Amino acid sequence: MVRFNILLLLAAVLCALSVVTSQHQSRKLFQAMESEQERAKQLDVEYDQLQIELSTWATSPRIDKIAREKLKMRTPEPAKIITASASRSEVAR
Amino acid sequence: MINFKGARAHKFAESPVLKLRLPAWRSRLMALAILSCFAVLIGRSFYLQVLNNDFLQEKGDSRYRRDLEISASRGRIADRHGDVLAISTPMKSVWAIPSDARLTPQQTKQLAGLLEIDIKELARRLASDKPFVFLKRQLPPDVGEQVAALKLPGIGQDKEYRRYYPSGEMTAHVVGFTGVDDKGLEGVELAYQSQLLGHSGSRSVIKDRRGQIVEDVGSIKPPQDGRDIRLSLDAKIQYLAYSQLKQAVTDYKAKAGGAVVVDAKTGEILALVNWPTYNPNNRERLSGAQLRNRAMTDTFEPGSVLKPFTIAQALESGKVRFDTIINCAPGKLTIGTATISDSHPHGALTVAEVIQKSSNVGAAKVAAMLSAQQMWDMFDAVGFGQVSHLGFPGEVSGRLRPWKSWRPIEQATMSYGHGISVSLIQLARAYTVFAREGDMIPLTLTLTKADDNPVGTTPVFSQQTAREVRAMLEMAVQPGGTAPKAQIPGYRVAGKTGTAYKLEGGQYAKKYVASFVGLAPASDPRLVVAIMIDEPGGAQHYGGDVAGPVFAGVMSGALRTLGIAPDISLQVAQTPASKEKL
Repeated sequence: MVRFNILLLLAAVLCALSVVTSQHQSRKLFQAMESEQERAKQLDVEYDQLQIELSTWATSPRIDKIAREKLKMRTPEPAKIITASASRSEVAR
Repeated sequence: MINFKGARAHKFAESPVLKLRLPAWRSRLMALAILSCFAVLIGRSFYLQVLNNDFLQEKGDSRYRRDLEISASRGRIADRHGDVLAISTPMKSVWAIPSDARLTPQQTKQLAGLLEIDIKELARRLASDKPFVFLKRQLPPDVGEQVAALKLPGIGQDKEYRRYYPSGEMTAHVVGFTGVDDKGLEGVELAYQSQLLGHSGSRSVIKDRRGQIVEDVGSIKPPQDGRDIRLSLDAKIQYLAYSQLKQAVTDYKAKAGGAVVVDAKTGEILALVNWPTYNPNNRERLSGAQLRNRAMTDTFEPGSVLKPFTIAQALESGKVRFDTIINCAPGKLTIGTATISDSHPHGALTVAEVIQKSSNVGAAKVAAMLSAQQMWDMFDAVGFGQVSHLGFPGEVSGRLRPWKSWRPIEQATMSYGHGISVSLIQLARAYTVFAREGDMIPLTLTLTKADDNPVGTTPVFSQQTAREVRAMLEMAVQPGGTAPKAQIPGYRVAGKTGTAYKLEGGQYAKKYVASFVGLAPASDPRLVVAIMIDEPGGAQHYGGDVAGPVFAGVMSGALRTLGIAPDISLQVAQTPASKEKL
């Protein structure tokens, strides 16, 4: 009878310890998840900021200016435009 | 009776006191008293734990439980290709509780440096007797972190959002802007406020001593980010229209201007610009003139651009054919006491030439063949006098008086666009009737997907009428017409000029509104472009001279951007020799 009781006591202590460890584990994992979520949020914010930067660099006036002034691009004369088309009738040449 | 002398010799068990017989009720009373104390304690604890536990629960929770707000961001606004037109990014605002903020002079200096405010100003704010003061709003997040790192007492931070408009003044009128608390104040920001607005969520958590979250308790209410809005605008075409309009307003010393580009196939608005405009990122010193979205909220008497509608109605009801001769000599027509005149007197013109030469007399004579109700019905059907249902703030209906109150002179002037007022967007929409095969399509500012069911179109004119009017409009752009400057090499263009006197205090002043509405490519129209230049102050004021070139610039660029094939057989444009002869 005494032996059985000691066995039960041991089992109870083991259970208690495992509860403690699993609780500890779960908190650790929770914190890890928390920090990852925080990181995800940060990256979201960074993505938005990069989008702002992108669209600031890619505004049409800026592209227009660089194309014309730096790259010396211009609109082709109509005479120099060849229209490629699937239908035969529209191919002028 | 009791011998106390020998007390020391007594053992306890032999204590004579024990031998006394006390009455039984005394011990029972004591037992009862103690029991009832227990009962009271149990009752009280039952009351606190079970019946009325809110207060203690709350106190307990407040020791370890925190409610956190999960912020949601406002939706983005993008153009049809997904280029961002408005976007929110988180910022910090730094506040102080002056009574708690006891800073050393050195700390104050540090803080002032980070916040970039004057040290005296900061000291003054920290010394105020208000319970709460904002020190600086809309700070970049990294500065916020530096401030937090100082760990100053009584200084705290809040998260807030700032809205950026990368395309700035180009799309200012369409996109609009928001106020401080994410509230849309103008344009799409206001019109789509309920969709753009995000709803913040919340969660309650248990925090440990170091302030780290240990676990969630209770349910989490997830945040709902605002929905993104995809506009039908095309940023490139918008830029084209903006730069051309800006140039024209400067060149012709005009007061204001507007331009609208509409896709005639889908009813989508590809560009909508106004001048003057403003930069929504920096809204200091704004004037009402800058804020006005003229294309939608301002009406004007359009002038000759309305003639095609009169002619179309006459064609439709079989009163005239395109080659019916109308005698426009001697360039004057008297109805009642008023006289209508042409700017250049013409002789006998065909109906097609009335459009080509833009003869007021001709249009008035054609209008005289129609009943007032017929004309009103037609104007109403093409959308004049009605708001365009874009859901935009400040949209106007314009003025189209009921036909029963028309006098003959009014019917005559309305035939060439006076005595009726419309907005530029209405004008653009009305012209889709000629760009399509005589039916109307509702305009939209949001992207329509290809697989959406085509929205219901309303037939106004027959296909035959629409095509005939389109041919007349093409003549107006060709040599001999009113707007040869609206030609675009490689494309067939159709359009109509308008030069209207402005009404000021019920009188026509010597100020003009020059306009041009056109469509291209005329063989299978895809785009409608409407241009309005308000009070051109230079030597030129005719629609064909002022608005025509703007139209050509916007239209040619837009056609190229959309990759629409030229529809003139290229021989004309190909040989440079023939081009010089033109």
